[in-house]
Amino acid sequence: MANIELQGLVKSYGKTMAVHGIDLDIADGEFVVLVGPSGCGKSTTLRMIAGLEDITDGTLRIGGEVVNEREPKQRNIAMVFQNYAIYPHLSVGQNIGFGLYTARLSKAEKDQRILATAKILGMEDLLKRRPAELSGGQRQRVAIGRAMVRDPVAFLFDEPLSNLDAQLRAQMRIEIKRLHQRLGTTIVYVTHDQIEAMTMADKIVVMRDGRILQVGTPTDLYENPVDVFTARFIGSPSMNLVPGKAAGNTLTATGATVAGLESGRAIGDVLIGVRPHDLVVGEAGAPGLSLSGAVTAVEPLGSETLVHLDIAGTEVIATAPGKLVPKVGGTITAAAPPGSLYLFDAATEQSLGRL
Amino acid sequence: MTALAPDAARPPLKFGRIRPGQILIWTVLLLGGLLMITPILYMFSTSLKTASQVYDLRLIPAAPSFDNYVKVLSDGNFMRWFLNSSFIAITVTLSNLFFDSMVGYTLAKFEFRGRYFIFLAILSTLMIPTEMLVIPWYLMSAQLHWLDSYWGIMFPGMMTAFGTFLMKQFFETVPDDFLEAARIDGLNEFQIWWKVAMPLVAPALSALAIFTFLGNWTAFFWPLIVTTSRELYTLPVGLSSFSDAQDTRWEMIMTGAALATIPTLVVFLVLQRFIVRGVMLAGLKG
Repeated sequence: MANIELQGLVKSYGKTMAVHGIDLDIADGEFVVLVGPSGCGKSTTLRMIAGLEDITDGTLRIGGEVVNEREPKQRNIAMVFQNYAIYPHLSVGQNIGFGLYTARLSKAEKDQRILATAKILGMEDLLKRRPAELSGGQRQRVAIGRAMVRDPVAFLFDEPLSNLDAQLRAQMRIEIKRLHQRLGTTIVYVTHDQIEAMTMADKIVVMRDGRILQVGTPTDLYENPVDVFTARFIGSPSMNLVPGKAAGNTLTATGATVAGLESGRAIGDVLIGVRPHDLVVGEAGAPGLSLSGAVTAVEPLGSETLVHLDIAGTEVIATAPGKLVPKVGGTITAAAPPGSLYLFDAATEQSLGRL
Repeated sequence: MTALAPDAARPPLKFGRIRPGQILIWTVLLLGGLLMITPILYMFSTSLKTASQVYDLRLIPAAPSFDNYVKVLSDGNFMRWFLNSSFIAITVTLSNLFFDSMVGYTLAKFEFRGRYFIFLAILSTLMIPTEMLVIPWYLMSAQLHWLDSYWGIMFPGMMTAFGTFLMKQFFETVPDDFLEAARIDGLNEFQIWWKVAMPLVAPALSALAIFTFLGNWTAFFWPLIVTTSRELYTLPVGLSSFSDAQDTRWEMIMTGAALATIPTLVVFLVLQRFIVRGVMLAGLKG
């Protein structure tokens, strides 16, 4: 096991910069998720850690040693790919054992490690099967097994669950999390799915345009996003943003009422953020944010219903608790209590704090 | 009754629904099939006839006999030519599988300066007909003392532009993740090519093996030019020696040709399942 340090890591392809000098410390045994939209540089960063991409500038340390110039095999890391990358011409056992191809172990030792790995993954009965005979989840387990069998200092996962259906993805999320708790090995995991990031990570790294926007625990990022991008990227459904104005201690919102709240030092155009789960239908009148609008769509989820409202041209999602399903076209009121609101500068989109 | 269930579930053939277009297609295909199989049938038929019966064009000989086979097989030259052809075709095929795929893999999977130019240069050689190359090959062989030798027969085909092109196209379909996974597992570039990439393009290798083997097994023009010793003849060149200005021994040529088809059939039957499997795999969702 080892810690991983990225210092001013840069990747450029000719004149195009893919990663702009990022700094990141990943502690030994930590589960770190790099998350961001396509093209944000998260996979490139992972591939630099793996040694599959040359590092243009900066320093990469694994276990305290600079590994910039080392070949992937010399870094003793293992990687699980989005497309599994398990070999169709080899059996499950051979695929898992492929990770030991260059290991100086006897056949008996290799077999013993393959079996031990397969047992951890619950695949000991499938060792003779070919990948074509396996389900998507089983194939992903084989890929994880091939990574595990070498006992690497860190695992790198590159969007490993993207090819699975929603149910299997949820199941595999738990399995990978359990595996991390059991093995305690450092994991760097890349995904564009914020639910994966929130449910699995010890630490989330939000990236955009080759830069790190924010690093923190899932709760940190959810509660204290540094900017509008992170606020909207983390949390599902995304945070609502209502345009408003701050003048001294007064705060007004377009199409909504703000009562009993002060904007503090903020002055000028602002964005008031409220998460859909904090904006509850039918609770107008209390201090906080309240708004009324026409229902444009409803998404009943069983225990609650997500209600899409049109507030002066801005779409806002609120939550209707219980089995209350508002009618599309009707007008309803929703409110969010003090303490659940976020304030952002409309021009810079930087956070101005919580309300 | 349960055992019959799958058959019972199968929809019956409905000849009443055959469209005129289908009849036309089948007729054309049937005629095409007959056109192709007739020379082969006549080859086997003639091989069972005596010299005097050769011009009797009946498909089934009046008195079929295997005497020609006995004569051809007991002739030391025939077996020598057969072995020459086998050695040459197998060596050239293995050489093509190795070198064409190695170059194809390099062009498909490595970024380096001049890659595109090299690929174009290789492709452009496909436009040069063999007839144009024979004189340079001959002069080169003469200068390097390769005339009338196995190497002289084989060297022009040891690596081909077609094979390189074919393999490059197939290697491009191999996802990079497979190769990168192997790189992380510690394999060197040769091992990645040999242990990972090559098995993944087995259908292409089978196709290349069939094309190369058949091409070299039936090669006539260059082996005829480069060889002068009878013991170095390949089978097609040797069989042509059954024909001279005075006489053409058709029954012997046909017997030799019939025997010569056996290895090609074996190669095709052994390798074609890989091609079919490759086509089937390509159609499956990963």
